[in-house]
Amino acid sequence: MYTQALNAQEVHGRPVVDPAEEARGARFQARIDAEDRIEPNDWMPEGYRRTLTRQISQHAHSEIVGMLPEGNWITRAPSLKRKAALLAKVQDEAGHGLYLYSAAETLGTSREEMFEQLLSGRAKYSSIFNYPTLTWADIGAIGWLVDGAAIMNQIPLCRCSYGPYARAMIRVCKEESFHQRQGYEIMLTLCRGTPEQKAMAQDALNRWWWPCLMMFGPPDSESQHSDQSAKWKIKRFTNDELRQKFVDATVPQGRYLGLTFPDPELAFDEASGHWRFGTIDWEEFKQVLAGNGPCNRQRMKQRRDAHAAGAWVREAAMAHAQKRARRAAEAAALPEAA
Amino acid sequence: MTTVQTIPLWEVFIRSRNGLAHKHVGSLHAADATMALQAARDVYTRRGEGLSVWVVPSNAITASDPADKDVLFEPTASKIYRHPTFYEVPDEVGHM
Amino acid sequence: MTTTSITLAETPLLALVLRRADDALILGHRLSEWCGHGPMLEEDIALANIALDCVGQARSLYDYAATLDGRGLTEDDLAYRRDVGQYRNCLLVEQPNGDFAATIVRQVLASAFLDPYWRAMTASADPTLAAIAAKAEKETAYHLRHSAEWLIRLGDGTPESHERTQAALDDLWPYSGELMESDDAEAELVRAGIAVDPAAIRPAFDATVAMVLREATLTAPAAPWRQGGGRVGRHSEHLGFILADLQYLQRAHPGATW
Repeated sequence: MYTQALNAQEVHGRPVVDPAEEARGARFQARIDAEDRIEPNDWMPEGYRRTLTRQISQHAHSEIVGMLPEGNWITRAPSLKRKAALLAKVQDEAGHGLYLYSAAETLGTSREEMFEQLLSGRAKYSSIFNYPTLTWADIGAIGWLVDGAAIMNQIPLCRCSYGPYARAMIRVCKEESFHQRQGYEIMLTLCRGTPEQKAMAQDALNRWWWPCLMMFGPPDSESQHSDQSAKWKIKRFTNDELRQKFVDATVPQGRYLGLTFPDPELAFDEASGHWRFGTIDWEEFKQVLAGNGPCNRQRMKQRRDAHAAGAWVREAAMAHAQKRARRAAEAAALPEAA
Repeated sequence: MTTVQTIPLWEVFIRSRNGLAHKHVGSLHAADATMALQAARDVYTRRGEGLSVWVVPSNAITASDPADKDVLFEPTASKIYRHPTFYEVPDEVGHM
Repeated sequence: MTTTSITLAETPLLALVLRRADDALILGHRLSEWCGHGPMLEEDIALANIALDCVGQARSLYDYAATLDGRGLTEDDLAYRRDVGQYRNCLLVEQPNGDFAATIVRQVLASAFLDPYWRAMTASADPTLAAIAAKAEKETAYHLRHSAEWLIRLGDGTPESHERTQAALDDLWPYSGELMESDDAEAELVRAGIAVDPAAIRPAFDATVAMVLREATLTAPAAPWRQGGGRVGRHSEHLGFILADLQYLQRAHPGATW
């Protein structure tokens, strides 16, 4: 559930010159404008297919990599109730990754290829998962903040012009509804607990707040993509709009917890009705995206190891299926032979 | 190392509690039908969504061509006499 | 309240409930370690489902154990404040996940016992246990089906998968006997119609395992060598590490609420 605008460097499809192609492009855009959903077998511009494949697969990768930082704490969850909820939540992320890979597959790229792109380091995933989960409060902070940021991004995607993506997102958003609440409840319990627990919660907020604001991607002034994606109705709000919505929704929740946001410039602006926040360290964001975050290498290694360790299992399943099919064919052939 | 084969894709259909027909819910990968059915149960019914599951190999589905959309589906638009609101029933007669 | 270790005065009934609860928790804990590391996404989700069933069973059982204990303890006290020596699970469930073959073999062996066991326990004279059994029985039936299907595919898959699975079976087989062991205290409950004699499950276990192994082209080891001791708290080295993870926060912050 963690899509992120990572597309700042992407170059758009080559200019269209063929008039027939141009006419098809115009008809396609007319369908989008009419809020028609585009379906897998429909004609679509190459750029649309490429942009979507990239965005959906990045989104799927984020779900799968996102299982790792939270998965860290499944075995250490401090009560059986928390353990069950966290396991169910991380399992949901696997499900969401699966729905999203399926949606991307309808555009003609197999899951195996997308995995390959992730594991070889060519594909990106949300920067947020390259930060470590150091205490139990991080599980609360991820649910509250990271899932909260993700929801801001994902709700508009339920109306995305590409049918399979929109349908996957509807399912994801429905399932996600408990994730943010379980995170906030963890934070609330810690904030009402011992001084050590409250300090744990504050420390988690301090570490996760800025990376969460980065989740929405580069500022609109630097994002080259938003225009085309907006025209195609893949993206309905800009990075900065979503970021502001998130800040406005989250700050009162944090204050209710009695926590302090690690931003001295954070202040409510009566005139606009928005919370104004300080400057995001975009250099850190670029570094994390470039592979230099605290956990990039570790996360990728864990994914690669799991995939490699599972290869013999997948091969065995296929080999058995083929044996079975062959035996069935032989059994069917027997009476005629006799 | 054996050649890497792609594990086949399956489409999943679920009949929910409310008595409606099986509905397409998504897809998954599995090596054979038995495992596909189990995966469908595990992936798509985690919240009590279904009472019955179908799995169909994705490549077994024959779909209409989007280019035929006008030919196939436009003609029905003019057959308004198929809809109940086409017919007038006096108010005094009540609900019909 | 502090989070010092607790010891329970184990009546025969309490001991029985703890055995079942600890089996479920430790197996669920092991399976939950797979989350995010499975051989394919579909199986990641499937293993988590089984783990969640196990943790759910453990919670119901601990809740009942706490009631039987009668000192106002909670499910979490029982899970988080007993030391290795107080845990009553069998050694099989604490064995490491190993490769996927080891996990599947462990699951088949456990489920081949637990499924008929819980089905029989639905007739328990103890209404709480009968109710827990009625829920668990449906879950374990699926655990058995799922793990058995995998065992067949791994055993009768590629030469590599066959070899790995046979090796896992050879390693884990000696731990299966403990599932069907019992003691005098349990025998007393059997006579009272509260418990099912684990030894009575043996024919069902043998039949299931033989059938699955045959289809999986695997061979049951002949080894008479057998491991046990878990029911009286003599565990393998692995359980200490499991509890170190599981109990760390509760132990580090005595009395805190989570």
